Amino acid sequence: MSTPVTTSTPAPARAAIPAHQRGLGGRLLAAILTPGGAVFVLAAVLLIATIQANPNFGDPGVVMLFLGRTAPIAIAAIGQYYVIVSGEFDLSMGAVIGTQVVLAGNMIGEDPDKVVPVTVLMLLVGAAVGFVNGVVTTLLRVPSFIVTLGMMLALGGLVSYLTGGAATGNPVDEFREIGRGRFENVPLVEFLPYPLLILVVLAIVASWLMRRPFGRNLLAVGDNPESAERSGTSVWWLKTRAFMISSLAASVSGILLVGYAGVHPSVGDGYEFTAITAVVLGGVLLGGGRGWVLSAAAGAIALELLFTLLTVKEVESTWRDTVQGVIIILAVAVAARGWQAGRRPRGSARQAPSTRIPTTPTPGTTNGDN
Amino acid sequence: MRSRLQHLTSTGIVVAVLVLSLVVGAILTAIEGRNFLSSGNIDAILTGCSILGLIAIGQTLVILVGSLDLSVPFVVSLTSVLAAGHMAGEPGNVVPAVLLALGIAAVIGLANGLVVSFLKVHGFVATLGMGLIISGYIGSNYQGSHGLAPRSFRLIDATQIGPVPLTFLIMLGCALLAILMLRRTRLGHHLYAVGGSPEVARLSGIRTSVPVVVAHVLCSVLAAVAGLLLLSRLSVGSPTIGSQGDYDLMSIAAVVLGGTLLAGGKGNIVGTLAGVAIFAVLDSVMGVMQVNPFLKDVIRGLVIVAAVAVYAGREIDRRPARFDRPTGLDAVLQETK
Repeated sequence: MSTPVTTSTPAPARAAIPAHQRGLGGRLLAAILTPGGAVFVLAAVLLIATIQANPNFGDPGVVMLFLGRTAPIAIAAIGQYYVIVSGEFDLSMGAVIGTQVVLAGNMIGEDPDKVVPVTVLMLLVGAAVGFVNGVVTTLLRVPSFIVTLGMMLALGGLVSYLTGGAATGNPVDEFREIGRGRFENVPLVEFLPYPLLILVVLAIVASWLMRRPFGRNLLAVGDNPESAERSGTSVWWLKTRAFMISSLAASVSGILLVGYAGVHPSVGDGYEFTAITAVVLGGVLLGGGRGWVLSAAAGAIALELLFTLLTVKEVESTWRDTVQGVIIILAVAVAARGWQAGRRPRGSARQAPSTRIPTTPTPGTTNGDN
Repeated sequence: MRSRLQHLTSTGIVVAVLVLSLVVGAILTAIEGRNFLSSGNIDAILTGCSILGLIAIGQTLVILVGSLDLSVPFVVSLTSVLAAGHMAGEPGNVVPAVLLALGIAAVIGLANGLVVSFLKVHGFVATLGMGLIISGYIGSNYQGSHGLAPRSFRLIDATQIGPVPLTFLIMLGCALLAILMLRRTRLGHHLYAVGGSPEVARLSGIRTSVPVVVAHVLCSVLAAVAGLLLLSRLSVGSPTIGSQGDYDLMSIAAVVLGGTLLAGGKGNIVGTLAGVAIFAVLDSVMGVMQVNPFLKDVIRGLVIVAAVAVYAGREIDRRPARFDRPTGLDAVLQETK
């Protein structure tokens, strides 16, 4: 995000770069002007619009229910963020969710004692899928679009083959409780769904992770893999970890979804595109290097709010796709400008307007060949 | 001294993989006691090629210029229902209906191209959004199959010249035109240049938006042709025919399988066609062996990744060293400057 955190690089003779260039208000304004900040405004506007259309939605209980329902997609978006910000795609998310749901349904069954070991196994499977995605992408240099597409076909096909394409198994209620349970009698908000709690914890962890060297390097790799490599970053291991985080996030989404939806291999279908849409709506740049992890989660919430608003406004469900399409294109078009407008001014060009692309090329200084 | 293997271009490798898959396919089919080269099987493979082939040609152009098109399945569905609705079984309506379908597709492609080039929206998002827009329109206006193609239009699918179906020839014709455009016209060279580096292309005096827009328009129009061919096969328009075929992801897979860089700027149509043919052979063999439909997806997924992995690693460093005598495409590009 644009709140600059200047690392404590020793600046010998020269004056140290100021940590911040504007006051808190100015920085906040600049943050909101970037697409990553604007998505919070968008979510707030959508929330107000929804409450206006249906005053019931202002009830804390309804909001909590909504947030609980949105948590799986927000978690998936957080996972997808790591992959996208490193300059890759993860199309295998939906298949991973399907796999986890089927695993849970068939291996836990009616035995409450198996909940913990099978959950651990599911997370291991998730990490393994991510590891394979990452290694094939980085070491075999197959584009991640293809790797994860292949993983989506292979994993999805395998799970459908093993289950015959129909819902099988039914995990014990203790396990489903993770996705549908809640803490009762919480002050202010009536109750707190477990999924929301998990989302908050994961969001904090994700945000912390992006401030660690891992996160900083991931952004650097997404921005310019070559310079990151030359600076001594282990690009393959960074990206592989990003893929593992993505698959793990999909696994957690799957665990939560077991509580809501049935145990069907197609439960996760389309999740990858929804997650990518949410991340992009959160102002994260496809191609990597720019964006804030919490904006991705906010993008997911904004997207779900949009769907809720459309339902409340009684828009025919068949037109929801169209509205979603228009919103995505508009949001990204605005974001493409926004990243330039909200950019931290640099050096002497501090006061210069942010038009990066000059309207006329400088004549005669380059011969283009070279 | 480089070994001979290193001189193989990625297209060469793809063709080699295709030949290999043909041989393996023939052996596997023979084990099942069937003739791989029977006219029925050849017809099935060639027909299987033509629809995905048309879409993949368009997708190649879009990927070469550095974009993506995820809206093709919905363009296919839309043109199929639109044209079927306007034909309504009347032979006299065929030409206007075809023109309408192609025109609408061109407008969709134009919109895609303009959004990508002027609003600076990534092709992935722009066409994903456009796909959603069209899918909403189709979902709201068409339920179930729609309209009817007259007999004269259905003949397109039924006609064969020797063992070769007409639809395959149409696809081949489009491929030839696309190859000519890429190799012989200024636009084609600009397409490569913009895909390779939009900034360098712009500094070299190319209006970078033109190739992007043209590639998107051609891609949508080719998808519309594919939709019309599907209509002539099914004789009724189907609002889900495109999304059923997974044409967006499969065409991208075929393009990458054919050695085109997903980032743009490098690749060709011949490789794409070989990639499409590999899929068709795979489908035919799996059909003969009666593989479980879900397992087919597993095999497809593994083959895509494995095939791309064969040459993906060597792709990057194959540029001629600076000041070396340029070869291939680079030579062509420099001549035209």
